[in-house]
Amino acid sequence: MNGLSLDLLGLQLFTGVALGALYILMAVGLSLIFGMLTVVNFAHGAFYMLGAYVGLWLMMHGANFWIALVVAPLAVAGVGLAVERVLIRPLYGRGIDYPLLLTFGLSYIIVELVRVAFGNTGYPVDTPEALQGAVDIGVGYFPLYRLFVIAATAVILAALWFFLEKTSFGLIIRAGARDPQIVRVLGVDVSRVWLIVFGLGTGIAALAGLLSAPLQGVIPEMGGPILAEAFVVVVVGGMGSLAGAAVAGLLVGIVVSMTSLFAPEMSRVAIFALMAIVLLIRPQGFFGRAGLMS
Amino acid sequence: MTLERTTGRPARSSAAFREAGALGWARRHRAALAAAVILVFPLIAPFKALAVLILVYGLYALGFNLLFGYLGVLSFGHSALFGAGAYLCGIAFVHFGAPWWAAIIVGAVSGMIVAAIIGALAIRTRGIYFAMVTLALSQCVYYLFYEAVGWTGGENGLRGVDVKTIDLFGLHLDFVDPLTRYYVLAAFVIASLFVLSRILASPFGAVIEAVRENEARARASGYNVPLVRFVAFVLSGGFCGLAGALLALHLSIVPIETLHYDTSGLVVMMSLLGGMGTFFGPFIGAAIFLMLENLVSLWTVHWQLIVGAAFVICVLFFPRGLWGTLLERLEK
Repeated sequence: MNGLSLDLLGLQLFTGVALGALYILMAVGLSLIFGMLTVVNFAHGAFYMLGAYVGLWLMMHGANFWIALVVAPLAVAGVGLAVERVLIRPLYGRGIDYPLLLTFGLSYIIVELVRVAFGNTGYPVDTPEALQGAVDIGVGYFPLYRLFVIAATAVILAALWFFLEKTSFGLIIRAGARDPQIVRVLGVDVSRVWLIVFGLGTGIAALAGLLSAPLQGVIPEMGGPILAEAFVVVVVGGMGSLAGAAVAGLLVGIVVSMTSLFAPEMSRVAIFALMAIVLLIRPQGFFGRAGLMS
Repeated sequence: MTLERTTGRPARSSAAFREAGALGWARRHRAALAAAVILVFPLIAPFKALAVLILVYGLYALGFNLLFGYLGVLSFGHSALFGAGAYLCGIAFVHFGAPWWAAIIVGAVSGMIVAAIIGALAIRTRGIYFAMVTLALSQCVYYLFYEAVGWTGGENGLRGVDVKTIDLFGLHLDFVDPLTRYYVLAAFVIASLFVLSRILASPFGAVIEAVRENEARARASGYNVPLVRFVAFVLSGGFCGLAGALLALHLSIVPIETLHYDTSGLVVMMSLLGGMGTFFGPFIGAAIFLMLENLVSLWTVHWQLIVGAAFVICVLFFPRGLWGTLLERLEK
């Protein structure tokens, strides 16, 4: 363990938190959509990628990063609304696998359309000027942009929490996740709620994609691995739980960054090992209710 | 083990088997008919290499269909079973000098072993979690094989699975000739068809369908539902592992893509296009998919767009697949 200082560990911890922030954003969207619509959105990775590409397109056409950060998620959320309304809605009540299969097919179409528009090769994305460089966070210098990703995720989570717990629309969403039939009987247009939740989830995925762009660049296939990793986060945290997504996202991010410090060749396997352990000990995940998915 | 407590076949299956008329006859002899189609197919197929691929992926889809179509459980991790079969067959052949037939057996068995590991973890979760967990675990298998460069060749794939000639019962067969190769591999596929047909016609096959139709009732009838799921998953792994092994012999290389997520998605598409839950539908789905891919890629590199759209249309309007829809029409 030569040269391994506490500072290095601390920095790696922060790197893990920044990585975990992206996982959290993905898992929150997946979890929300599943909790409400009982749809496992296999196109979530594709929406993540689409968010990054829409942002890239905007920046190519003169918009700055901040405008792209607002417009791209909104645009992708619009796509998400259309997808729910036109493609997913006819499949409700036809078995839980069909919406899943549909979004799976859709992810092929979205990825291929992006390849048509932007080509097969990826693009690097510059870190916005205001966020370049590093700051001293006590244990050493840490890239400012990663701190920004952490902060942005915290803001989104806080806003989501406020929206779900403190507004009347959030109350409807929570009630709809429990028992959509009763909510419908009470005179709420549940299908409209589902539409909005799907748009919200895809918008957050797009935001995550664009946030990841300056860290990893963009390629059409970028949504694949993160989809599998977001599934791990959802399984570990418990489906349908905001707190579960947050805790599990952080945990998975930290596990990845720590194993890449100690055993780099195992870093990509580690999170799946973590999932296997959680499945053995607590199959419903940290915050999941047992029997919810039966 | 509660599986043995079955007394006679449930009504649905025996009715299907006693059905009168041409369709009933066809159903009783489904394995033989499917075998006949497979034997004739290369004589009418435009490209022999494509015919071999259809054979291999058809078997892969049949194995997947046992789980998805008959048990009603959707797995997105079947590339792990297919790829493990391909790699372990290749490793047995390249690193241990096993004869080709032994390597194939190793492939099928390793498909079952990987299925047992993944299945034991995945059946702990229920319903919709299954697709997510199997996908994540297959991704794990992908990275494990990717990193084990010494055994698997890593990114470049495992090279050198070269079988040139096959000596069998005094026969000397030229494995390089595409038609000979087709018929050698077809022997394995046809054997699998008969085994699969037998499994589905057995009391256990009826229990599998009972779990799909009504899990609560199956459990109330005294069946151990998790065990049924596990056994079906392992059996599915055997067929998919065998398919992977055949692919390794056909390509004489095991590409890392066999373990990729796309290979899991591929078999989902094939099964649904053909018709899940029908005996021969997945095979037809594999044929349609591969021919579509070949045709479309002649005029555009973006064949995934067309195939993806075809799949989405199928999910929306023909959920029983092309073969399944056809059968439905015939039954009316």
